[in-house]
Amino acid sequence: MFEINRRRLLKAGAALSAAPLVSRINPAFAASLTAGFIYVGPRDDYGYNQAHAEGAAAIKDMDGLTIVEEENVPESDAVVKTMESMIQLDGASLLFPTSFGYYNPFVVDTAKNYPDVQFRHCGGLWTDKDPKNAGSYFGYIGTAQYICGIIAGHMTKSKRLGFVAAKPIPQVLLNINAYTLGAKSVDPEITTQVIFTGDWAMPVKEAEAVNALVDQRADVLTCHVDSPKVFAQTAAGRGAYVTGYHTSQAKLAPEKYLTGAEWHWATVYKMFAEKALAGEELPNFVRGGLAEDFVKISPYGPAVTDAAKSQADAVKAEVMKGGFAVIKGPLKDNKGKEVVAAGQEYPESAIELEKMDYLVEGVIGSTS
Amino acid sequence: MNTDLGLWAVPIAVLGGMLRVSTPFLFVSLGECVTEKSGRINLGLEGTLVFGAMAGYGGSYLTGSPWAGVLLAGLAGTLFGLLHAGLCSLPKVNDIAVGIALMILGTGLAFFFGKPLIQPAAPMLPGLSLGGWSDVPQLRSALEVSPLLLVGVAIAVCLLFVFRRTRVGLILRMVGDSADAARAMGYPIIPVRVAATAFGGFMAGIAGAYLSLYYPGSWNEHISSGQGLIAVALVIFARWNPLACLGAALIFGGAGALGPALQSVGVTSGYYLFYAAPYVLTLLILFLTSSPRRALEGAPRELSITK
Amino acid sequence: MSEITRDAPRLSSLSSRLQLSEAGRRRLEGALIPLIALLAGLLVFGAFIALNGKSPEEFYWLVYRGGFGTWFSLQNTMTRAAPLLLTALCVALPAQLGLVVIGGEGAFVLGGLAAAVVGPLFGFAPGPVAILMMALAGICAGGLWIGLVGAMRHYRGINETISSLLMAYIAIALMHHFVEGPLKDPASLNKPSTVPLEPAMRIGEIPGMDVHWGFAVGILACLAAGFVLSRTTFGFAARIAGGNARAAAVQGLPVGRLILAFTGLAGAAAGLAGMIQVAAVQGSANASLAAGYGYTGILIAFLARQNPVAIIPMALLIGGIDAAGGFIQRRMELPDATVLVLQGILFVAILVSETMSGRLLPSRNAKS
Repeated sequence: MFEINRRRLLKAGAALSAAPLVSRINPAFAASLTAGFIYVGPRDDYGYNQAHAEGAAAIKDMDGLTIVEEENVPESDAVVKTMESMIQLDGASLLFPTSFGYYNPFVVDTAKNYPDVQFRHCGGLWTDKDPKNAGSYFGYIGTAQYICGIIAGHMTKSKRLGFVAAKPIPQVLLNINAYTLGAKSVDPEITTQVIFTGDWAMPVKEAEAVNALVDQRADVLTCHVDSPKVFAQTAAGRGAYVTGYHTSQAKLAPEKYLTGAEWHWATVYKMFAEKALAGEELPNFVRGGLAEDFVKISPYGPAVTDAAKSQADAVKAEVMKGGFAVIKGPLKDNKGKEVVAAGQEYPESAIELEKMDYLVEGVIGSTS
Repeated sequence: MNTDLGLWAVPIAVLGGMLRVSTPFLFVSLGECVTEKSGRINLGLEGTLVFGAMAGYGGSYLTGSPWAGVLLAGLAGTLFGLLHAGLCSLPKVNDIAVGIALMILGTGLAFFFGKPLIQPAAPMLPGLSLGGWSDVPQLRSALEVSPLLLVGVAIAVCLLFVFRRTRVGLILRMVGDSADAARAMGYPIIPVRVAATAFGGFMAGIAGAYLSLYYPGSWNEHISSGQGLIAVALVIFARWNPLACLGAALIFGGAGALGPALQSVGVTSGYYLFYAAPYVLTLLILFLTSSPRRALEGAPRELSITK
Repeated sequence: MSEITRDAPRLSSLSSRLQLSEAGRRRLEGALIPLIALLAGLLVFGAFIALNGKSPEEFYWLVYRGGFGTWFSLQNTMTRAAPLLLTALCVALPAQLGLVVIGGEGAFVLGGLAAAVVGPLFGFAPGPVAILMMALAGICAGGLWIGLVGAMRHYRGINETISSLLMAYIAIALMHHFVEGPLKDPASLNKPSTVPLEPAMRIGEIPGMDVHWGFAVGILACLAAGFVLSRTTFGFAARIAGGNARAAAVQGLPVGRLILAFTGLAGAAAGLAGMIQVAAVQGSANASLAAGYGYTGILIAFLARQNPVAIIPMALLIGGIDAAGGFIQRRMELPDATVLVLQGILFVAILVSETMSGRLLPSRNAKS
C-alpha cells in the first residue's frame, strides 16, 4: 500500500523527488567540482532550508559541477563529521554549511584541518583572523523586511502588527525593528507585538503565538522561524494578513498573503560555483541585498492597495540606488533609551547592525 | 474588528489554548487509560501519534477527504497497537521497553514515508463554532473547536460508564487488577490486553491526525513536541479515570497556552520558564498526590509501573 | 524466526558437546541470542529497503564504508559513540534495580551547563584542575537531577519513568533560560552561548586519533560499571534488589539507599557526558546540548540488554549507523529517517529475542 502511495506522492511532488545525485561530470569538460550543501532541517520546509535548497537546485545543472546534499544535520560535532565525510568520501572541495550555529567552532576548526577545501558559511561573521579557506555570506534581508513593513503599515486597520519570532538574537531583532520602522514610516502610531517561541521549529507554539497576537488585535503578521508554513496557515485562518519570510508562502494563503522577504541564494551559489570552476579565488566575505539580488520581495498579493504598492516601490527604487539606511538617528529603543543619535545612519552593510541588541520604540516585547 | 481586551486576553487565550491544544493529549490519554486498565503500558504512543499525523495528512491529501485521513490514521494506530500487544504477549518481553522501541520505529517510519508530504497542502478538518452567542471576536475564535474534541469528551464519558457499569469494563479491570483472578473466572487475558492496546493505538493515531489536520494543521518533522509521551504521564496523573484524563488534558493544554498569552500582554521575560510550566505542574501534582506506603488509588495492580 | 528454531537443536547439541557448565551455557546463550536478533533485524530491514526499490546490499555496503570501513569512518563512529556510552549507562544502571529511567537528556544538558559555569570560575587554576572541577560539576548536576528522580521514587512512590521524562523537559527549559538569559555571553550574538572556555580547559583528542578523550572515559566507565556490578557486593545487592525488592528488604538490603545510589550514579554518568560535550566539542554551553544524546542512550542500553560492558559494542554499532547515515542520504537518495527505521527494527528484534532466553540452549537439567 505504501509502495503505491509513495510513488504517487513522489510523482505529485515532482520537485521534491530529488533529482538523481549521480555524478554527471562531463568528461569533455576539464574543470570539475563537487560542492556539498548541509542543512539543519528538512530541505522542503517552506522556509530557511528550502531557500538554500532552491539555491542549490539552481546550480545543479552547471557543467562540471556535482552537488551533494545532507539535511537534518544538528549543530554539533555531527556537522564536522558530515563535512569531513563529504570531503573524504564524496571528494567535495567546496562546502556550504548553511546554518548559523555550524560556524564556531565547527566550520572554523574543520577549515583549519582541510586547507585545500573551501568553506563558505551562511550568516557567520568571518574575520581575517579566521582561516583563509573559510568565509561567510549573508543577505541584507532587514531592508526587505522594512519594505514589507511599509505594506503592512498600509494594510493594518488596527494599527497593530504581530511578529512571531524564535529567539531574540541580532538577526531576528534587526528584522523586527526594520519591519516596525517600515510600518511606522506609514503611520507612527503603529506598534508591533512580538512573541518569542524559544526555538526555530515549534509548530504548536507558533500557532498559539499567532492566536495570541490576533487576540491582541494584530491584523498583519509576519515571522522569523525556520518553517513559516504553520504560521502562514494559522494567521490566514484567523483572517489576518500575512507577510512571508525565507521563501514565498503565497501558495499557502493566496488571499491573505501580502508580500514577503525572501532569500535568493541562487545568486550567491552561482557566483561561488562559477569562480570555483574557473579556478579563481573565492571571496571570503560576501554580503548583498536587494540591489545585488541576494534577497527579493515576493510579488504583491491581490489585497495590497495601490497606495501601499506605490510607496513600497518608491522605497525599493531608493534602496536599489544604494546607501539606503533603515536604522538611522534619532532612534529610541522601546525602553526610551536613545540607541542611535540624531544624524547617525547605519546603511544595511554596517557591521554594527549584526550586533543589534535592542527593540525600537513601537515594538512591544523584550530582548531577554 | 477585534475588541481591546486588556488583561482579559490571558484567560481567553488560555481557554482557547485549552480547547485547541488539549485534544491530542485527551485522545492519547484516553486510549492509554484503557490499555493501562488492562495491565499493560504502551510508551510507544508517541511514535504512533507521529505516524498517525503523517498517515492522516497523507490520507487527506490523497483522497481529498480529511475524515478519510482521520480514519487512516486511526487504522495505522491500531496496527501499531496490535504490534505492541503482540510483541508483549511473548513471554519475558517487557512492555515498557517495547513501547520505547516502537516510539523510535513509529517516528522513523513516519519521517521516512512523510518526506514527500511536507510540501503539499492537504484539506483540513472543519471546525465548529460554539461562540456565536458572544460578540467578542476573540471569544468566538477561542470557542471555535474541532468536532474531534467533542468526540473525545463523549468517549471520556462513555469510558467512565463502560468501566463502572458494564461487563466489558469489569472484565477489563479484572484482567488489569489480577490476571490470576481473571484466569480463574475463565476470561481470556491476552485477547483482552491485545484489544485494549489496539484501542490505545487507534486513539493515538487519531490524536496525530488532529495535529496534522486541525491544529496546528500541518505535517512536518517537528509536529509533535512529545504529546504522546506526556499523555502517558497524564493517565497516571488522572488516576486512570477517563473524566480526570479530560481534566488533565485541558489543564495541560491551557498551561501550554499561558506562555504565548502572557507575552502578548507584555509579560515578556523568562518565557522558557513559562513554557516549562505544564511539566512542572504535572510533576508537582504527581508529587503532592502520591504516597510511598500505598499503591496509587485506582491503579491497575498488574501494571508494571505501579508495582 | 524459523531459521532460529531450526538452529536451536544444533546449538544445544553444540553446548552439550562442549560440555558447558550451567554458567557457561548461560553466557554463551546470552551472547548468541542478541547476535541472532541483530542478524534477524538486519534481514527484516533489508526487506524493507528492497520493498522501497533500493538495494539492501548497497545499503549495508555503505553502512560498512561510512561507519567502519576506513580509518576516517571508524573515527567518525567512535566520536559519535563517545557521549552515547555514558548516556546509555544512565539507563543501564537504574535498570539493575528494575527502574526504567528515560530522562538522561535532562542530566546531560544540566551537566553541560554546570561545567560551562564552573570552568571559568577556575580560570586562575592550571587547565587540568579546571577540567577536573568541571567534571565534578557535571557529575554533581547530573547526579542530583536523576538522584532526585530516585528519591521521588523511593520516598513518594512516583514512577521514575514518568518523573524522569518530565524532569528532562524541565531541565532543557532551564538550560535554554540560563544560556539565553542570565548566563549569556554578550559576544555570542546569533548563537546564544555561555562564555567560551579557555583553550587550557578544553579536552583534547586521544594522541594519534581524531577522537576526543571522552571516548576513552566512556569505555572506562562502562568497564568499571561492569566490574562493580559483577564483582562487588554492592553490585550483587543491586541485582538481588532488582530481582525482587521485597525479598531484598527481608534480607535486610538497604533498597532505598541502593535506589538513591544507582540513580545518582546514572545521572552522574549522563552529567559527565554533558560536561565532556562542552569541554571537548562545543567549548561553551548552548542549545546544541539538547541534541538527543540522552534519548539515544535509551536505545543503546536496551540493545545491550542493560549490560554495561555490552554497551560498548552497541554504542559503536549505533554510532556507526549514525556516521553512515549522512553518506547513505547522499548516495542512495534515502531520507535521513532511514537510519531511525533501522534502529527501531534492531531495537524490536533485540526485545523479541528476550523471549528465547532459556530456550535457545535449554539447560540439560531442565531437559531431563
